[in-house]
Amino acid sequence: MKRTWYPGLWLILAIVIGMAIIPAITGSASLRETIFTLLLAVGLASSLNILLGYTGYVSFGHIVFFGFGGYVGFYLLSVQGWHLALAVAGGGLASGALAFLLGKAILKLRGAYFALATLGINEAMRSLIINLDTFGGPLGMNLNFQIYRDYGGAAQALWTTYWAILGLVVAVVVISYLVKRSKFGLGLMAVREDQDAAEVMGVASANAKTWAFVLSAAFPGMLGVLFFFKNGNIEPVDAFPLVKSIEMIVMVMLGGQGTVLGPVLGALGYERLRGFLLTSEIFKDVHLAVAGVLLLVIVLFIPSGAVGWIRSRFHSLRGVVE
Amino acid sequence: MFENLLASLTDGLVIGFVYGVTAMGLTLIFGVMNVINLSHGPVIAIGMFGVYFLFSSLGLNPYLAIILVAVIGLLAGILIYLVAVNRVIDAPELSSLLATFSVNMMILGVGTSVFSTSPRNVDFAMGTVNLGPINLTGTRVAAGVAAIVVTAALYYFLYRTRAGKHIRAVSDNREAAELMGISSFRVLALSFGIGTMLAMIAGGLIATYLPFTILSGEPLMAKSFVIVVLGGLGNPLGALLGGLVLGAMEGIVPVFMKMTWVPVIEFGLFVLILVVRPAGLLGAKE
Amino acid sequence: MILQVKGVSKFFGGLRALNEVDFDLPEGMILGLIGPNGAGKTTLFNVIGNVFSPDQGSILFQGEDLVGRPTYMASRLGMARTHQVVRPLNDLSVRENVMVGACFGKVGFGLRGAASLVDETIDFVGLSESRENLAASLNVSQKKRLELARALASQPDLLLLDEVLAGLNQAEIATMLDKIREVRERGVTIVMIEHVMQAVMGVSDRIVVLDYGEMIGDGTPAEVSKDPKVIEAYLGDPDLAEEMLGD
Repeated sequence: MKRTWYPGLWLILAIVIGMAIIPAITGSASLRETIFTLLLAVGLASSLNILLGYTGYVSFGHIVFFGFGGYVGFYLLSVQGWHLALAVAGGGLASGALAFLLGKAILKLRGAYFALATLGINEAMRSLIINLDTFGGPLGMNLNFQIYRDYGGAAQALWTTYWAILGLVVAVVVISYLVKRSKFGLGLMAVREDQDAAEVMGVASANAKTWAFVLSAAFPGMLGVLFFFKNGNIEPVDAFPLVKSIEMIVMVMLGGQGTVLGPVLGALGYERLRGFLLTSEIFKDVHLAVAGVLLLVIVLFIPSGAVGWIRSRFHSLRGVVE
Repeated sequence: MFENLLASLTDGLVIGFVYGVTAMGLTLIFGVMNVINLSHGPVIAIGMFGVYFLFSSLGLNPYLAIILVAVIGLLAGILIYLVAVNRVIDAPELSSLLATFSVNMMILGVGTSVFSTSPRNVDFAMGTVNLGPINLTGTRVAAGVAAIVVTAALYYFLYRTRAGKHIRAVSDNREAAELMGISSFRVLALSFGIGTMLAMIAGGLIATYLPFTILSGEPLMAKSFVIVVLGGLGNPLGALLGGLVLGAMEGIVPVFMKMTWVPVIEFGLFVLILVVRPAGLLGAKE
Repeated sequence: MILQVKGVSKFFGGLRALNEVDFDLPEGMILGLIGPNGAGKTTLFNVIGNVFSPDQGSILFQGEDLVGRPTYMASRLGMARTHQVVRPLNDLSVRENVMVGACFGKVGFGLRGAASLVDETIDFVGLSESRENLAASLNVSQKKRLELARALASQPDLLLLDEVLAGLNQAEIATMLDKIREVRERGVTIVMIEHVMQAVMGVSDRIVVLDYGEMIGDGTPAEVSKDPKVIEAYLGDPDLAEEMLGD
């Protein structure tokens, strides 16, 4: 086996970083906002891929980690006065811990039962937070805009958040890549293919699944804190939108589940499509329907997604397209 | 307090029958073909709109309108099956989940654009029903009674007709059924049609006593999941029981605590049952 | 004794699948486990392999009792098995399949450390040309060899083979038996569940016979094939009885 220099990873990073530095060069704030949304989608999709693509567990309520981590981080930042970096870490830890505990209960469920359980958890969490005054109840929490002064003023804070999210997304992608090429990742994929056979072969499947779950939850938690910090407020309906969960799955599937490049391309493709549909005169009212048709076509005819298809058609590209 | 509780409980049970029908289609489809039908929500909403338009434009009695809507539902369900589900019936679960969800998106996408999100109301009053100290809204009682009729009809169909027996056979063991000469393709298409039909009927019934929008189906779908898991995935009688439990709970809980806690309890219970007794109260089909 | 099966019984509801099965297995032996269909042979493998716990009795593997420990421990301690109905990791390549065996077995290699072992094992079972192919694309005989490769890659001290010869033609059987003997030469103890009578009688040092979950025979192939109880059990299956008596 030739010495690896990870061409697949560099390609992905080139795309992500390349895209992200454009607003810095042009100085355009609106482009930055667009790319921020794209980066967020990439981060969420890549995180979910660790659970869905590598381990084969369909999480229908994965957005719960985005919302929960977001709430915890927002609370730490806004009520407890923590620094953003610590709040982000706090959000990630909180989501990771939530995943760890929930995992103990639900990872033993298979297939549809697991998917339903995650759905229930997301709905339960949203309804729970609506009832908690500490987290602002149904109206959520608002950031005192003075806080932005600690980060150089609102305009500067937006740039800081932007670079922070780029950092997180790069981290997710790199970790995703390393996991895929690691013994841990191999174990996950064995579990995905046949959990019982994997266990007989010596894979500690319960542990492996738990860590995959935790890893896939921690990043959305951190991303949530950044998103809501930038947003200036957090509300239950924004924090736990079921549609976002589904969109995450669509992005992973569209691009190619179980690959590293797949979720990246899928997220970019889907977000661009959504943006296009929403602003197009013809499609804006029915953008959801168009997305639905697209999803159905993919599910029926290209289930391994774009990257999966490329890899199976063009064997020679496999080393680069991962 | 006691009268309050009794009234709420009775009303909850009456609505519980409607909830049962709402969930029955979902559980039937799962039982027969192991597919979680995520188009369930919007289909319920379509049923609501169907009855609304037949009533307000044609002046048709809502309960007759529901019959018409049911037929439309049956055909629509078969169509959805043919277009979206048939091809991925044996693929991993994720595929059918996403396929039915894509139908959900399509219906909502077109629906929000055509109907907008302003609430509609079927203005059909049936007075009040007096049961001793309890007063219940006429339309709610009628809906409950209709739901019982629908449930009985479903039962008759499943257990006393040949098509129903075929459905149960395929539900038990598709391969064995095929070996006995049953066309599983037809059974699956029919089952999906019936599941969709039940969802539309439920929508129609609910429309007679609650205002609604095109988005009203989504929370009802979420409730259906809870009911289905409570009663046992794939078990129509379980759906009825689950519906009654949920209805009763929604009746009783608000007497003791804020309404906003009801979903927390519902979904908390949902997750708990999945973890502790995934087969549900009455046992899932296996 | 590498394996000690002591008075093992297993019930599934009211059904007694195993009834006081008892034998000791010395290192380096090839043990053939035979019996009519439904006799409990695979169940015994599942109990030995710690997939199920015995309801009565115990299993000592290299002196250790695995009951209560997670299933994956068996592989880590040096036990590997193949399945009666093959279970390839479909979306992974042959190489990746065998890599799983190597990395999670007794030695617990890292991906790089396992590389040469994986390649050797693939060559040993004759799948070199299919190295990068997806497991799903293999034919039955290749899938069986993949099962064997995966098991061997985990560097076991004890190898449990469940009907590894089923569905193979005569030439394939002969090759497989040679491989099995070679594996024994390397110091691995082997237990084989088999229905291909001539093959298992020919290669085994010792035979244990199960019928309705009970041991009804334990001895050399020659002894067992003449044992009237064993013959009677197989008379329910005249083809097998033919084969046995013809030995």
